[in-house]
Amino acid sequence: MDIPKGKLRWIYERMVTIRRFEDRVAQEFAAGKLPGFVHLYAGEEAIAVGVCAHLTDRDYITSTHRGHGHCIAKGVDVRSMMAELFGRSTGACKGKGGSMHIADVDKGMLGANGIVGGGPPLACGAGLMAKVKGTDQVAACFFGDGAAEQGTTHEAMNLAAIWKLPVVFVCENNLYAESTPWTYHCAASDIASRAAAYDMPGVLVDGADVFAVYEAAGEAIARARRGEGPSLLECRGFRYYGHFQGDAVTYRTKEEEEEYRRRDPIERFRQTVLSQGLLTEDELNAIDEAVAREIDDAVRYAESSPMPSPEECLTDVYVDYPAAQLAFRH
Amino acid sequence: MVVATRVISYREALNEAIRLEMRRDPTVVIMGEDIAGGAGIGHVENVGAWGGVLGVTKSLVSEFGRQRVLDTPISEAGFIGAAVGAAVTGLRPIAELMFVDFFGVCMDQIFNQGAKLRYMFGGKAKVPLVIRTMIGAGFGAAGQHSGCHYAVFTHMPGLKTVAPATPYDAKGLLIAAIRDDDPVIFFEHKLLYDTTGEVPEGEYVIPLGKADVKREGSDVTVVAIARMVHVALEAAARLAGEGIDVEVIDLRTLSPLDEEAILESLAKTRRLVVVDEDNPRCSVAADIAALAVDKGFDYLDAPVKMVTAPHTPVPFSPSMEQFYIPSPQRVIDAIREVV
Repeated sequence: MDIPKGKLRWIYERMVTIRRFEDRVAQEFAAGKLPGFVHLYAGEEAIAVGVCAHLTDRDYITSTHRGHGHCIAKGVDVRSMMAELFGRSTGACKGKGGSMHIADVDKGMLGANGIVGGGPPLACGAGLMAKVKGTDQVAACFFGDGAAEQGTTHEAMNLAAIWKLPVVFVCENNLYAESTPWTYHCAASDIASRAAAYDMPGVLVDGADVFAVYEAAGEAIARARRGEGPSLLECRGFRYYGHFQGDAVTYRTKEEEEEYRRRDPIERFRQTVLSQGLLTEDELNAIDEAVAREIDDAVRYAESSPMPSPEECLTDVYVDYPAAQLAFRH
Repeated sequence: MVVATRVISYREALNEAIRLEMRRDPTVVIMGEDIAGGAGIGHVENVGAWGGVLGVTKSLVSEFGRQRVLDTPISEAGFIGAAVGAAVTGLRPIAELMFVDFFGVCMDQIFNQGAKLRYMFGGKAKVPLVIRTMIGAGFGAAGQHSGCHYAVFTHMPGLKTVAPATPYDAKGLLIAAIRDDDPVIFFEHKLLYDTTGEVPEGEYVIPLGKADVKREGSDVTVVAIARMVHVALEAAARLAGEGIDVEVIDLRTLSPLDEEAILESLAKTRRLVVVDEDNPRCSVAADIAALAVDKGFDYLDAPVKMVTAPHTPVPFSPSMEQFYIPSPQRVIDAIREVV
């Protein structure tokens, strides 16, 4: 595959940023520094990055509860992300969203979503906007294997198909919906083949191979930009952490986890680009070091940022509303 | 300036509001089940088959085309969610939820997405969406097509709720709702579609959050919503003969609430009856009663009375359905208790 060198560097840099970000969040969470709870994306980097490599800031994505990777792949500022997870006023959502609702509409990132299956209809809306306005914008809809069983996902695929919307449905099949294996919750032998029910292309991809994701997503996104309608990609992957931090992951075996770690998307990328002489070890190591500095900087930025004033609770509900009616009655 | 008015129906007033806004702003689109009707069928493709199940959106497709007047599958979660997504990314969609009772199949997209995105994103998004929906009993449509349920939406931060009672208000409030940058749920009472009234021809806006005194009076304040405004006015007319002077306030917008209008009237009449076709528990009526005893306690010379539906679903048989709907007589009885 012919990927420009600059794009290869971008792919590697984004994947490593996601990995280091998530590993660091795991550490900070374990240290008790983050409120709430977090769902980590480590292990699935190739999916978000392989898809978003074809998108610009004008394109849109919808995401899931496991949304940090999608944010980073879509170019959301890592400092503002870390600050959001720390609940600080400098966060991407001013501390009002947290991990599960992290968003940056200016970057086309329509939010992580606390509702499984919440995103697919929203992606149709972004696609409809592009179609009505006659632009070539595209919406990519990330959803998990769990969301594949939600009615909204099926309704959205049908809607996108009948209206020929520029939407690419990207199912991240990481094999478990919380603790329930997809072989139990899914009646079909694969999720990609459900595309046939909506008369759209459906492709099963190795989600740990960023080159495979890049190629399949490239075709689906180009098709959407040409106005030929939606596609479904099923990217099989694996999350290294549990469903959430604190999950004892009793439903997976050690062997299974080791097997997936042997297919690590970042390691595989390194081996491929090094063996084919596309990038050098020095270049890759320099990216690693830059990312490490960026993550350290993001944590420092978050920790030194102020908490929001409690009264900030009362703003941003509406564009225009009587303030007195948002406040306590007394 | 003399503004030309003529007598048209509530249905026509709504149609006119949508038409004028679609002419004015190319980002306004409308979607819903059968809102044009007959999609893809050659002889009705350009004119539509139904124009909405009760004809509110009639002939919009002839003027604006299928690209902006979108028939949807019977897939409320899908298309209401798409309307939210389109609103966040730059359109001003009007989505029609045929009967409000259908909110059960799409509430997540309204409540967890549409209503909360702006807040969860720290104010960096806006959701200029209107969901038009039909409310009300009296049509023999029974349990799943007759509720009001506006209290459910009024309860939710992030949504605005509007329920017009007259053709004039319907047009001006719908134009305001379409131009508003927040999600607005717009409740149309199905028994009002054929009612008529004077309506100006061009555009005009009735600001959201402003109640309207539909009848001035000095003895008791009756606050009413949607069709109940007419029930209250009938009760007021009958009591006028007995020398009881009733003030009728049409709330028009439920969220935000025009507290000043209610309290100002209460300061004058010192008595309050609320008339609400919705179920009574945790209702708009209860909310207004709470407002009166909290901020208007010193004005009150009598207990606050609520005339509402009972705490039941809407029954089918006309004998029971008429029993369910607040009547002028029940309003009169409540007024007599407090004056």
